[in-house]
Amino acid sequence: MTVPQQGAHRVIEIAQAVKTYGEGETAVHALRGIDLVVERGDYVAIMGASGSGKSTLMNVIGCLDVLTSGLYRLDGIDVSGLEESQLSLVRNRRLGFIFQAFNLIPRTTALANVELPLAYAGVKSAERRRRALAALDLVGLSDRVDHEPNELSGGQQQRVAVARALVTAPALLLADEPTGNLDTKSTHEVLGIFDRLSMSGRTIVIITHEDDVATHAKRIVRLVDGEIVSDVRQAEVSGPPPRHTPAGATAASSAASA
Amino acid sequence: MSPFEIVRFALVGLGANKLRSALTTLGILIGVGSVILLVAVGNGSSKAIQANIDKLGTNMLTVSHSSGGFGRNRSANAAATTKDLTVADAQAMADPNTAPDVKSASPVASTTENAVYAGVSTSIPAFLGTYPSYFEASNSPVSSGTYFTNDDVTNARKVIVLGQTVVTNLFGDIDPIDKQITVNGTPFTVIGVLKAKGSTGFQDADNTAIAPLTTVQQAFTGYGSLSEVIVEAKDAASINAAQSEITAILDTRHKITNAANADFRILNQASLLTASTSTSQTFTVLLGAVAAISLLVGGIGITNIMLVTVTERTREIGIRKAIGAPRGAILGQFLVEATLLSLIGGALGVLGGFVGSHFTIVGVKPIIVPSSIALAFGVSVVIGLFFGGYPANRAASLRPIDALRYE
Repeated sequence: MTVPQQGAHRVIEIAQAVKTYGEGETAVHALRGIDLVVERGDYVAIMGASGSGKSTLMNVIGCLDVLTSGLYRLDGIDVSGLEESQLSLVRNRRLGFIFQAFNLIPRTTALANVELPLAYAGVKSAERRRRALAALDLVGLSDRVDHEPNELSGGQQQRVAVARALVTAPALLLADEPTGNLDTKSTHEVLGIFDRLSMSGRTIVIITHEDDVATHAKRIVRLVDGEIVSDVRQAEVSGPPPRHTPAGATAASSAASA
Repeated sequence: MSPFEIVRFALVGLGANKLRSALTTLGILIGVGSVILLVAVGNGSSKAIQANIDKLGTNMLTVSHSSGGFGRNRSANAAATTKDLTVADAQAMADPNTAPDVKSASPVASTTENAVYAGVSTSIPAFLGTYPSYFEASNSPVSSGTYFTNDDVTNARKVIVLGQTVVTNLFGDIDPIDKQITVNGTPFTVIGVLKAKGSTGFQDADNTAIAPLTTVQQAFTGYGSLSEVIVEAKDAASINAAQSEITAILDTRHKITNAANADFRILNQASLLTASTSTSQTFTVLLGAVAAISLLVGGIGITNIMLVTVTERTREIGIRKAIGAPRGAILGQFLVEATLLSLIGGALGVLGGFVGSHFTIVGVKPIIVPSSIALAFGVSVVIGLFFGGYPANRAASLRPIDALRYE
């Protein structure tokens, strides 16, 4: 476990971000000049009502969409100038996606789903399997590796999705309403995994409209009409997430003292 | 991303919808199978025609009497000038000085007679009287017994060589050699049996009997007109020269000045062969074209199914792109899926065409043309690549954000 010592390392650096859909009279201004910096090891919740621009921001951060104007650096790379082929590499190596709808590949086992990003990265079969199994073990699904998505509960599917996002060891974990389709128990499980991942130094950005989910984050950013209206820090970047369980807290303090 | 991985993804993709994949494959299967089979049928029928004509003798010219000319020429002067074909004509045609390319000329008198043996009666539609040279000229060897000789002709001996059908009808399983049969009251001794030729179209070439010309003329037809003269050229190359020599001889003998008024006809087996070969080639091309169209339809079926697949799996494509699938991997996956469909269909089609060609189809024994297998198989793969290309390209060009939003 490595607690980031260089707090200045920026995973996300967004400046004067503007995103406009359409032109002229009918133009929709989804983002109106956003500045956002996320340091390594931070756990940020981006909140906002629907139409606030948070999904657009998420697509931009996830390199699925490009800004109309402004700067976006992901892990130090200026993404706005990249071609589609380079973007797919960036998505593969630097980003881990977790979607509200799980978005696992149907009729494909949990293991194969988790192996997929590694397959696209060109990792050899044996190594791929080893890393995928490790990722599934991390989310507590070692006993479900051969199950297909339709044989798994929502919570289990989302945990497979988390494992898939983790398996390439990306610079940033990006979760879009990860608990939106889950019941209370599964929500708790998934957020517990996020807490543990944050504890181990992962950088996480989570998009949500639920206050309860946001309280897990170290920092809450609120968007209204494409602008940041508040940016509240709940815990230190280098410290444990605010609602981390006692067991984890012990681990965290021991890690901090190490 | 290794090619092996792309093929694996494609196989998983195809396996996910087995019935659909199987039906699409069926389209190509039928296309490829029918190309191979129909071309084989065309080829088989062309070979069969060729074999039949070979059996008749390719060095053979058949000179027959015609009532002279066609249309108005005929009514004007035909009746007055036509002369029958005679034995003297045949002898003139065999003259080595005026007709150096003619090997033999066999006058033929033909009639239809009833033959009886031990109370069994059969009709022989082609009862021929001729010279021994006829056997060689018309490519009619005996399978047992012997031919009659020039001596038999000179002495008008009552000996006869029977076709296979006549033997079966009259004798059944009994060996006919040296048996006596009665033809219209005249007794004949069977001295030989012809090798079976098989049927040529509507006519049974084996339902025949051959006796010395003089005997037949004496007993049945009289000494007047011959029905035809079978001329054998020295070899296949000299057949056209032989034809013009005969024409010249007959023109002189029959005093014909205008070819349109000729009172004889010369049937050239070689030209018959050329004509029927080109006919059967046209036939083969037509069959091939019909099959090629069905292959094309199969290809369009692939495009259709791949488009449906791409639309149906838009979201999956979005997911794959979001987790970093490069454009090439998506393009490759769908292209390989389409190509695999046509490849499997093509392979099964080759198999089907191969198996199908072992059966006789509408009386024709198909003979596979090896190049048609290679062509049909190759074309099916190209069809997969070509018709799969558009849907695959569409899949690869999808923007991940649009693909993910797709419901």
